[in-house]
Amino acid sequence: MSDTLLKVRDLKIGATIYPPGERPRDIEIVHGVSFDLAPGKVLGLIGESGAGKSTIGLASMAYGRGGVKITGGEVWVNGRNILKGGHKDIRKLRGAEVTYVSQSAAASFNPAKKIMDQVVEAAVEQKKFSRKDAEARARVLFAKLGLPDPDNIGERYPHQVSGGQLQRCMTALALCPEPDLVVFDEPTTALDVTTQIDVLMAIKEAIRDTGVAALYITHDLAVVAQVSDDIMVLRMGNTVEYGNVDQIINNPQEEYTKALVSVRSIEHEEKAPTEEPVLSVRNITARYKGTQFDVLHNVNVDLYPGQTLAVVGESGSGKSTLARVITGLLPPREGEIEFAGRTLSPDLKGRTREDLRELQMIYQMADVAMNPRQTVGTIIGRPLEFYFGMRGSEKKKRIIELLDEIELGEKFMDRYPAELSGGQKQRVCIARSLAAKPKMIICDEVTSALDPLVADGILKLLLDLQKIEDVAYLFITHDLATVRAISDNIAVMYQGKVQRYGGKSKVLSPPFDDYTDLLLSSVPEMKLGWLEEVIAHRKMESAGN
Amino acid sequence: MSPIVKLLAQRIALSLLLLLLISVVIFAGTIVLPGDVAQSILGQSATPEALANLRAELGVNDPPVQRYFAWLFGAMQGDLGTALTSGQDIAQALSSRFWNTLFLAFWAAVVAVPLAIFLGLLAVRFKDRWPDKMISAVTLASISIPEFLIGYVLMYFIAVKLRWFPSVAMVNDSMGLFDKLNAIALPIAVLTLVVLAHMMRMTRAAILNVMQSAYIETAELKGLNAFQVIYRHAFPNAIAPIVNVVMLNLAYLVVGVVVIEVVFVYPGMGQYLVDHVSKRDVPVVQACGLIFAAVYIGLNMIADIVAILSNPRLRHPK
Repeated sequence: MSDTLLKVRDLKIGATIYPPGERPRDIEIVHGVSFDLAPGKVLGLIGESGAGKSTIGLASMAYGRGGVKITGGEVWVNGRNILKGGHKDIRKLRGAEVTYVSQSAAASFNPAKKIMDQVVEAAVEQKKFSRKDAEARARVLFAKLGLPDPDNIGERYPHQVSGGQLQRCMTALALCPEPDLVVFDEPTTALDVTTQIDVLMAIKEAIRDTGVAALYITHDLAVVAQVSDDIMVLRMGNTVEYGNVDQIINNPQEEYTKALVSVRSIEHEEKAPTEEPVLSVRNITARYKGTQFDVLHNVNVDLYPGQTLAVVGESGSGKSTLARVITGLLPPREGEIEFAGRTLSPDLKGRTREDLRELQMIYQMADVAMNPRQTVGTIIGRPLEFYFGMRGSEKKKRIIELLDEIELGEKFMDRYPAELSGGQKQRVCIARSLAAKPKMIICDEVTSALDPLVADGILKLLLDLQKIEDVAYLFITHDLATVRAISDNIAVMYQGKVQRYGGKSKVLSPPFDDYTDLLLSSVPEMKLGWLEEVIAHRKMESAGN
Repeated sequence: MSPIVKLLAQRIALSLLLLLLISVVIFAGTIVLPGDVAQSILGQSATPEALANLRAELGVNDPPVQRYFAWLFGAMQGDLGTALTSGQDIAQALSSRFWNTLFLAFWAAVVAVPLAIFLGLLAVRFKDRWPDKMISAVTLASISIPEFLIGYVLMYFIAVKLRWFPSVAMVNDSMGLFDKLNAIALPIAVLTLVVLAHMMRMTRAAILNVMQSAYIETAELKGLNAFQVIYRHAFPNAIAPIVNVVMLNLAYLVVGVVVIEVVFVYPGMGQYLVDHVSKRDVPVVQACGLIFAAVYIGLNMIADIVAILSNPRLRHPK
């Protein structure tokens, strides 16, 4: 065996696209990428969506997702060019020499089969181990990955364990056949930060203990800095920069890499509360119909005119439920919503058109929040007609004004949502909510589905618009970097309660309560060795107690 | 009570309620139908007195509600009344014919269901290639041709020309199983051709839908071959829709074989029903309707129960 496990030379990957109203045509999505990976080493592939990083990862298993085809170049695994092999050779490679960990373990486990059956399947099928040995090995891996009750967890079905646990089971699945290489495709992206840190550590230790090599694919440079030996930065199917982790993080050469390293450049001075809040949430307790427990317990927060209140928390903390209560989609069991000096009807049906106009909302998924059959002009024009009765040239003039405000311009008026990028779609949604001239906008995870540089642009736009339109934002997010960038006040939510609430500087400075401390310290930092520091610090603290 | 037991109990209770409602509809429907059974028994030349006497004797003059409950309680105890035209006990007359119909439906299902699922799997394996297209074309063609035509064509070629199987499907209790199967081979073939396409296409669609899932990619990346992926990972998640369409077709096999029974002169329920509809023998029509409804509702209930049981989230709650 040579001393390179994986050798990729001038890899070219193509796909067939089907643009609406046009003939299908072939495009190239990866334009000649080359790299080497030695046994036991970790290479991080990083880039924004569309960079081709997952496609390259899957190409190392000779797999193309959907209509994706490898059109040129060489992929050598253990001294064999796998692109030259037939179906049988490729099947022998997959699940034996190279295995795969996907972003969403919840979707990647078959819901109808026990976890153990799925974890050992490849090892048994590829005749690496007998069923009995494979199960024993799986239990050892479950324990090593820090899963609770490792002897019995395999007997459960995927829906019976949590998302973080399932992601570790997926890692066990990949490691069970003793592969030479594991492709980790955004393995922690779908997890909460406090869960991410544990899974990240578990993956890192498993890589170290088993001596397996890994391709680690992510869009998060801070995460990849914790686990990789080398990093390759990709953009639109090209290599931007390729070097060892220390050089990329501490001494990036290319402009694009520098931008990735220094992302979140926004500075926002905290504003002092004015006298009258525009929104007062008073003693809200709420539960969903047909359930037996409250998802919000006695929540109190205020939002001041022209300011931003960030509601931050992990999945299940109740932050989106709070938005549903404020908008009237979920009438609370107790408490009131005061808005612009009046008490709002708890139920959406009881609200006036003026209530609706002054309280707008922007969503996480911009593409499903717009009618795909309407042009941008129609989408933005609708609230102008509905709330202000605008018609004809007056309406058109206002639409163009709004398009200028979101930095897109008049030429976008006749385009359809499908012709826009993710960031442009979110801008159109922002313009649509501004068209109603609201006093307040609820922003529900509006940047979570976007790449960091694009998200940055959206946040800057929101801050600029706040100055011009004097609109208040209730900003719901799980991302603490976003919170730092834009908020004046912060409410940290945990299990349906407001854990910590106040001005930005106060909430983000010590002394912290336990949960806020855990949350803040779990956010990956762009620093080598950060993961070990945090884990060591936590071990010391728990030993001290 | 665990949620799954509650769901199943609800589903079964719903089926019983549905059957009760259907019994009302059947009874009401046969009452409002035009025609006079006394007239059809006695003929056009009957005197008005004779007609009135016969009507009183048959109980046609009692209030409908009273007649409905008398009929319902009788039916629940297995007493379906007597045929007006022949004076026979309906339950007795029906039972051997009902078993004949079930016998034919059962053997048609034994052939058709596994064949349809296998062809569906095969079509998925070779999706958009010639085996898939050929399976689709042949099954669609067979469902598009009227079943009596297929019946006569098969009869002509296989029974008359080739003499492999008899053209008339006469069975009686003294025949052994092999003789009976030999007699009904042609009706089985026709029924299979009729129900195959629907089940096969539904199987194909259900599995293809599951094939979009991320866990299918996981299975492919384990190095499993295409049949292992389909059989182990796609099929278990496609059971519910497949069972649904299978049950619908089984119900069709029991209820819808009237034409085939007439074509092949098979002594089943369908032929019996057709005879008595033409004679306006209301109790027989009601009894057949009730049995057909019970079969339909029962099979669909089984499909729903299988769908509930095949859902791992319901079978293994957190």
